[in-house]
Amino acid sequence: MKVKSPLEVYNYLPRTNCKECGFDTCMSFAAHIIDRSVTPFDCKPLVRDAEKDPKVKKKLEELLELTAPEIAEVVIGVGDTAVKIGGEEVLHRHELTFFNPTGFFYDVWDTMDDKALEERCDRVVTYRKFYVGNFLTLDGFAVRCTSGDPKRYREVVKKVASYGKPMILVALDPECMKAALEEVADQRPLIYAATEGNWREFLKLALEYKVPVTLRAKDLDVLKSLAVTFRQAGVKDIVLDPVTEPLGEGLKGTFERVIQLRRTAIAGEDRDVAYPIMITPIAAWLIEGDDVTKSYWEAVIASMFIVKYGDIMIFRSIDQHVVMPTITLRFNIYTDPRTPVQVEPGLRAINNPSPDDPVFITTNFALTYYTVESDLTSGGIKGWLLVLNTGGLGVEVSVAGGQFTASKVKELMEETKIGEKVNHRYLVIPGLAARLQGAIEDETGWKVLVGPMDSGRIKGWLEKNWPPK
Amino acid sequence: MKKFTLEEFLDLLKKYNVEEIEGVKIEGDLEIELEGSSIDLSAIAPLYSLLSEFGNFLYHANMALGYLQRLSAALGIPTPFAMQPQPAAPAPSLPAIPEVEELKLPTELVKAKFEPYREEYPGRIEEVVLGATRADGGSREYTITLGGEKSLAFYTFDAPQPHLPAIAIDVFDRKPMLAKAVRVHYDDVLDNPAEWARKCVKKFGADLVTLHLISTDPLLDNTPASEAVKVLEDVLQAVKCPIIVGGSGNKEKDPEVLEKAAEVAEGERIMLASATLDMDWERIANAAKKHGHVVLSWTQMDINNQKTLNRYLLKRVEMPRNSIVMDPTTAALGYGLDYAFTNMERIRISGLKGDTDLNFPISSGTTNAWGAREAWMVDSPIEEDTPWGPRELRGPIWEIITGLTLSLAGVDLFMMMHPVAVAVLKEVFNTLGGKVSGGVADPGEWIFMEV
Repeated sequence: MKVKSPLEVYNYLPRTNCKECGFDTCMSFAAHIIDRSVTPFDCKPLVRDAEKDPKVKKKLEELLELTAPEIAEVVIGVGDTAVKIGGEEVLHRHELTFFNPTGFFYDVWDTMDDKALEERCDRVVTYRKFYVGNFLTLDGFAVRCTSGDPKRYREVVKKVASYGKPMILVALDPECMKAALEEVADQRPLIYAATEGNWREFLKLALEYKVPVTLRAKDLDVLKSLAVTFRQAGVKDIVLDPVTEPLGEGLKGTFERVIQLRRTAIAGEDRDVAYPIMITPIAAWLIEGDDVTKSYWEAVIASMFIVKYGDIMIFRSIDQHVVMPTITLRFNIYTDPRTPVQVEPGLRAINNPSPDDPVFITTNFALTYYTVESDLTSGGIKGWLLVLNTGGLGVEVSVAGGQFTASKVKELMEETKIGEKVNHRYLVIPGLAARLQGAIEDETGWKVLVGPMDSGRIKGWLEKNWPPK
Repeated sequence: MKKFTLEEFLDLLKKYNVEEIEGVKIEGDLEIELEGSSIDLSAIAPLYSLLSEFGNFLYHANMALGYLQRLSAALGIPTPFAMQPQPAAPAPSLPAIPEVEELKLPTELVKAKFEPYREEYPGRIEEVVLGATRADGGSREYTITLGGEKSLAFYTFDAPQPHLPAIAIDVFDRKPMLAKAVRVHYDDVLDNPAEWARKCVKKFGADLVTLHLISTDPLLDNTPASEAVKVLEDVLQAVKCPIIVGGSGNKEKDPEVLEKAAEVAEGERIMLASATLDMDWERIANAAKKHGHVVLSWTQMDINNQKTLNRYLLKRVEMPRNSIVMDPTTAALGYGLDYAFTNMERIRISGLKGDTDLNFPISSGTTNAWGAREAWMVDSPIEEDTPWGPRELRGPIWEIITGLTLSLAGVDLFMMMHPVAVAVLKEVFNTLGGKVSGGVADPGEWIFMEV
């Protein structure tokens, strides 16, 4: 955003310290606008007054302009499933954070037979991967027009729209695109793509149907020219596709174009290219080789640009060896580095345990905790789970770093009064904390059992080791 | 008589995307009749007020009006808006209605020139040579140089990158715990570290070999240092690539083991892995210095600790600047990779910006990726998960993506295990390093492909 200091924001606020926003002072609210945890719309008095008073309205508009993200934010789709892309502020995540995770769209095409189409759509919408307490899911569909027939394309687009996910409409022919838009423009699909050849027709479509549009050109002068032309004609929702070349010098060139675009937009303050960037890992399917080679390379291209500035992607493979690493990487890169990923320390009762059930211990690093917790819960294991405050570090690192120690384990056991809840004195520690076995026994007087290295194996481990002989 | 209903008109507006106007209410089944000149103007008046509400949307309203005009013209009737309506109802102040135009589209692209932003850093990453050839008193057939960057990884448009990242494959002096997908590639050599090393180089294309002397761990075989380093001698005989030697991670034993390794590898310029803050780093670094080796400075994901340890090595041991490599710790994809990535990226940027405590090449223990359950487990332990698919395919890609991500943060040396992961990452480095020519003929073909 253009403003860097809360003071600059403060001048636009009511300065009444009314606390309606939940912060004690307008200055504190201003600081949160700067770190983007709130927006000017969260100042209710400002919004209310703006409705009545044109002067205040102007002020609000100015503030919105000043606090707009460096990279334009574009919304694709409507309602709960809508995907927000772009809106980024920085080139490196440690400088603030990255905000809107890369949108993952999976291709279908209009010459697929109906059954195959349904199967593919079902797989995309039902995809789930448990991670850090939540299920990761996929964002939407890219519907390609391979028939060249506006009627057929419209039909298939309508069908895909019924799945309720955001869509990218992929058709370079304006007639086909128009047919699809007549059907689903109100779903706010992203249209793909305006090129040097068809831009006039696509500009007309973008204006007429008020949908976001992708501009596609390998030559960055042309790409910028397209962006300026569209912006001047009144199109705000623009996505830039500098053309993903999947191999060799081509891929090297793509890497360079993507970085130059984003760096020039943010560090070079070139507003004309400050738009979300489209990457098409699906282009990996143009290379020679078997399906595994192609899908591996698709994952490679996607990952490269999840790390480096890809805001929205079109994928082919929905196989786990492509989806799982990329969706996990996306989560990792877009995790806010300002907030440590940790959970509340303490004691958790899993599956209504009795005093005879085992006591486990793990750390409060969110990933570790949720992994262990979900393994116990979904494995139907009854037990008591102690959660040690390691400052959000995992087992291995905290044992090495001294955040996971026998004396801290003892403290936690006393605080949670676990001794009163069970009628045995056995503590199961993580396999990765094995070296603390003796120390914890000495410190607590409990018998310490070393559990498996991975909590996914607790179930099998218990069968052999519980109750202890 | 042509009846033009309000419904039709609103549809028309909708077509031009002005349906989202709020606060405009029209009641009743208003019907506009267009019939010759006898137009009931009072019927049009609400329409007019409707249009005047639009204010900001005048542009679209104009398009709608234009449409209405063309429609009436086509029907051969005078256009109602050409006349001055005199509404009976509360007279809204009518905005001036500009000339009706076609949707105005530019006919030419607005020519713009893209001027890429240039970034130049004052600093430079140190160059560290691993291995020594006969000319330099060793017996290696080649050396590997790490570092030398003046820009972020693969940003060759900022500055040339003199050396692409190198890949070392791990070898152990006793059978380690390995994921099945990895183990199958080494089953025949697990009991013979020299053969193992040979396989890594000859068959899997390793640039270097890392020999981990884990049998020295007092909790395992507690092999004496002097005996353990015999395996190092075997490996130095078996392969002619530069060598990295690691201990068992035991704080008490490692300094002794690495010191011994430094002695027997005199002249070969190996890398000792590693010196850490919580063990006798001084003894390890001194051994490296005395025998002309390189030391790996290993810290636990903390840029400040990395700086501290590097300073100790530089100031207290007086390690030459060309003999330090850093390992800021690698966490697997999904298991803290974000911390590892950002920590390394910050270290690299600090080095490029001129922090001479941090401008050393970076090493990554990428094999750690195999600790992720997604890499080795048969299927998800979570019932609601979409099935995970064959683990033979998941494992290598987990190692690849972990390594690829860290390569973008600036890693110069990867310690890896799965041969497919090694091959794919090499291809990635060569590609981003500009060493792979060609590409596909038409990168836009996917748009139309019927598969």
